[in-house]
Amino acid sequence: MLVATVFAIVKLDHLMTAVMLMGFFSLLSSCIFMILDAVDVAFTEAAVGAGASTIFILAALAIVGRKSKKKRREKTILPLIIVTCTGALLLYATLDMPYFGTPDAPVHTHVAPRYLLESGEEVGPPNIVTSVLASYRGYDTFGEAGVVFTAFIGVLLLLGAGTRKSGLEREAPPNVKVESMRQKIVLREVADLLIAPVLVFALYVQWHGDFGPGGGFQAGVIFASAIILYALIYGIVPAQKILPPRKLAYFPGIGLLLYALVGVIAMFKGGNFLAYGALMADPHDGQHYGILAIELGIGITVAAVMINIFFSLSERSL
Amino acid sequence: MSQIPSQLVEQLPAIQLLLTLLAAPICSMFRNGDLSWRIATVASWASVACAFALLHQVWGGGSISYEMGGWPPPWGIEVVIDELTAIVLLLVTLFGALVMTALRESLSSIMRHQRQSLYYTTFLLCMASLIGITITGDAFNVFVFLEISSLATYTLIARGRDRRALTAAFRYLIMGTIGATFILIAIGFMYMLTGTLNMADLSERLPEHYDNKVLHASFAFFTIGIALKVAMFPLHYWLPNAYTYSPKATTAFLAATATKVSLYVMIRFIFDVYGVEFAFGQMQLGTLLVPLSIAGILVASLTAVFQDDAKRLLAWSSVAQLGYMALGIALLNANGLTSAVTHMFNHAMMKAGLFLALATMIYRTQSSSLASLSGIGRTMPWTTGAFAILGIGLIGVPFTAGFISKWYLVSGALDKDWLPVAVLLIISSLMAIAYIGKMLDVMYFKPAPSEFAEIKEGPKSMLIPCWIFALLTLYFGIDTRLTAGLAGRVASNLLGAS
Repeated sequence: MLVATVFAIVKLDHLMTAVMLMGFFSLLSSCIFMILDAVDVAFTEAAVGAGASTIFILAALAIVGRKSKKKRREKTILPLIIVTCTGALLLYATLDMPYFGTPDAPVHTHVAPRYLLESGEEVGPPNIVTSVLASYRGYDTFGEAGVVFTAFIGVLLLLGAGTRKSGLEREAPPNVKVESMRQKIVLREVADLLIAPVLVFALYVQWHGDFGPGGGFQAGVIFASAIILYALIYGIVPAQKILPPRKLAYFPGIGLLLYALVGVIAMFKGGNFLAYGALMADPHDGQHYGILAIELGIGITVAAVMINIFFSLSERSL
Repeated sequence: MSQIPSQLVEQLPAIQLLLTLLAAPICSMFRNGDLSWRIATVASWASVACAFALLHQVWGGGSISYEMGGWPPPWGIEVVIDELTAIVLLLVTLFGALVMTALRESLSSIMRHQRQSLYYTTFLLCMASLIGITITGDAFNVFVFLEISSLATYTLIARGRDRRALTAAFRYLIMGTIGATFILIAIGFMYMLTGTLNMADLSERLPEHYDNKVLHASFAFFTIGIALKVAMFPLHYWLPNAYTYSPKATTAFLAATATKVSLYVMIRFIFDVYGVEFAFGQMQLGTLLVPLSIAGILVASLTAVFQDDAKRLLAWSSVAQLGYMALGIALLNANGLTSAVTHMFNHAMMKAGLFLALATMIYRTQSSSLASLSGIGRTMPWTTGAFAILGIGLIGVPFTAGFISKWYLVSGALDKDWLPVAVLLIISSLMAIAYIGKMLDVMYFKPAPSEFAEIKEGPKSMLIPCWIFALLTLYFGIDTRLTAGLAGRVASNLLGAS
């Protein structure tokens, strides 16, 4: 199904349909992640891929129009050869791969045993994914938060959000499609029902990351999608009244700094960067609060970045 | 009290990264461009000091390991600094800081204040991520910082004044993303085989899999991916446009650092992770790399000779110079590798200086076409003087830095009895004389167009960094302890490790 969807996306001229299919593609892949037991990733894929990025692209489409222009055919031989070679190389590699799910594959015998057996003792959280992500490889995750932040700065710099007047300060535009959504009672009622639970669910995912699947990335995305839903139904102006874009623009940086601050405090307390154990007298407490704090940092960054990007895109289309 | 300094020294590797990475979000919060510039400049110069301190610690062949999060590798992520790391760190921070110093004047004419803060933020992020790539000892961590640096670079390029900058950035984005994905696949395959991501651990555990097809595929993906990032001929397609259309002084930073750090990653992986025997013996990397790099040197030099735009000319010359470095690696002997590492540093210095001097001229003329630069030697004598010194260095005249690296490269080729290669190298130097000479000829001997007859010398904040670059080029042409001396030790280390 994935393959079929991709072919359909490439072949379609009608961009709107293509975008919808991309959302479908994300939903399918998040199902695959579910089957592979990567619930965390499935969460994120469903929210980002199927939800938010579809909306982003739709907002972009609103600016540029729905149909793709007919293009003259370019040389397709060279790309075709390259793609075929790459595919062949991947197939070639599968010949010697360990079978799927073999218990004695190197992945399961070298580093993983310590994560599985001792993380409860050393780090604390029953959710081992969280231990690996936030503590053992916390530096990588710090880098990922940096990636999200960089993307945000890039969007801000290129689209010029924040420098122009926000929706609040400008005169009401004459013809706003988004506003007309208000008339659609069914949509509004459903959204009213959904938004509050989704926000609460985001907080739950945020704080429950220690025990079940979840954490800052997922929570941030879910939180942001609730806000975006609100903005879609009630229009961008009321949403910006609640979250003024100028103030919101500070938050991605604050989240990243919060993450780094935890690490730096650990350095002052005599540990290495991001060694949460040094934060408190009892290393367990240190790990626990350290992880909570950095997850909060990630959550703030991710949510703020998503909402910011949505605002700056939709400001353009107004 | 005496404990605090020693603790500080222990934490230096983390501080090295944090200085720039933390300054970035702080910068983004100020709307006042000048204030952000001050923060960014202070942070980058502090980072230079840090790099010097680290170089001092590992000088003579030492190595530092720092455990992020306090977890020992391979469970946690390790940061490793040896001499090669330290010299690349110095390259990134020192040249980054010099360009940053000159950046304010260059930007103030084309951007509003708030935009400027964001621009400095992106610049700092780019610098921080390059530092992150350099110091890490973990294969996946390389990819994480590679993502930041790529995103930051695309943004920096796309902010060019011209709309063509957007196309250039988009093309780079596509090529860069393919490259990064390939590298990720390669790392994933290695993890599948060994269950570890730590580089040192990988190099111990990979040899038993040398006949495994997964490792072969991993190596192929890595080579193509990193070659895209290095802009190695014939995968250099994105580079000329990206350099030509990126805004002014930024080109100097990108030309100095981005490709060099990718080259560093290539050296690290080939020698320290996959191992020389596997890469050059079993996978025959040499038979691919030698002809391609020589072809790259010749084709790109020749293309450079026929350019009418000064920036594009220098960009093509970069492709050629990257060929020298690739050839140095492919020679696989002490002199060749010494030349590769030395030239990495020297070329970064000279090309950054050239682009910066050019940016100073463009600051006055508003155009980078050769025609508009004619006669500029009389109206802007100091800038053109620096440009001339750096250009002569690039050709490789004795007593400049360029001579040192070419000397080692030619002796490396002669060590292998590859006389034709040595001859081709000398021919390519003649081409360098042609394209640099062409620019200097226009600048000094053509009459200035009437509309530029009255232009003044460039602003001091840009002129001084230009001259620092020029003087460094002369200095490293005479005192080679820091460059070739260190590179020689690094080379014997890398080859000895096999």
